[in-house]
Amino acid sequence: MSDWPLWEVFIRSQHGLAHKHVGSLHAPDAEMAIRNARDVYTRRNEGTSIWVVRSSEITASEPDQKDALFESPKGKIYRHPTFYPVPDEVKHL
Amino acid sequence: MSQNGAQFFEYVLRLGDNDLILSQRLAEWCGHGPVLEEDLAQTNVALDLLGQAQLWLEYAGKIEDKGRDADQLAFLRDTHDFRNLLLVEQENSDYAHTIARQFYFDAWHFLLLQALQSSSDQGVREISEKSLKEVRYHLDRSSGWVIRLGDGIEESHARMERAIHALWLFTGEMFEMDAVDIEMKERQIGCDLRALRDPWLNQVSKTLEEATLKVPADCWMQRGGKRGIHSERLGYILAEMQFLQRAYPGAQW
Repeated sequence: MSDWPLWEVFIRSQHGLAHKHVGSLHAPDAEMAIRNARDVYTRRNEGTSIWVVRSSEITASEPDQKDALFESPKGKIYRHPTFYPVPDEVKHL
Repeated sequence: MSQNGAQFFEYVLRLGDNDLILSQRLAEWCGHGPVLEEDLAQTNVALDLLGQAQLWLEYAGKIEDKGRDADQLAFLRDTHDFRNLLLVEQENSDYAHTIARQFYFDAWHFLLLQALQSSSDQGVREISEKSLKEVRYHLDRSSGWVIRLGDGIEESHARMERAIHALWLFTGEMFEMDAVDIEMKERQIGCDLRALRDPWLNQVSKTLEEATLKVPADCWMQRGGKRGIHSERLGYILAEMQFLQRAYPGAQW
């Protein structure tokens, strides 16, 4: 059982719209991964839907590319909506 | 308690004791599961069954009307007062035995609870309905394991085959109709257990076939649990389960 692959688990919660990464687990195949996810990660009524993805199928950004990837937006605070004052008359924004 | 009530009490007690003893057996795996994921999964099933046991025993206590609640029924009865099937008190042994026991029970439990949905008694209907949702998952899970282990490697196949055959003689009791069952069926509180035998065998055969396992041949069937005649194994289960209330009567947490 030590050769069971690792799976990443994503759960959509009761109110949330998007599936959120909650952790990982071992399982021999996708069907068992879903079952195990149900038993490991939804014991406290957390979920309405489960996704599982083989961890090896995930492509991640390289930590040493951090500057190249994330430096540019750092100086562009005007991209945040809070940068602009909102007139009081504007409702429901 | 009237004669009517006594039979009804007995009937509900049986339903509760099956869940309670199997739950206690499964709980023995807690912390010892083959992998962490399976350890949690098995304990979840144990907790489902414990919850169901609590509902049935609480209800039994009400029917009996002598002031006994679920805890008192669980912790202060001796072996001969327990009414569970012999199947559920069998030892965990290896994982194949645990799974085979669960699979035989789940397949029957599912059909039973389905039949009890049309009980004339509201309490029985409600508890069955709530339990059925959980048991559907239990059956799905244990069937899945029977197939995986049976149709797995040579050793898992051999172990599953052994377990399936070793426990077969405890399956007959599930379909036995004694005086209590007959009366409950006549009053439409209970169901015809004999009628569950064919659909059970169909389900079991289908799964065993998929698992490349042979369906055991008809044989002599062990019985007695429903009447309180148990193997010595139940004594050990109770000794552990009831220890706290026996040593410290009335202890609460």
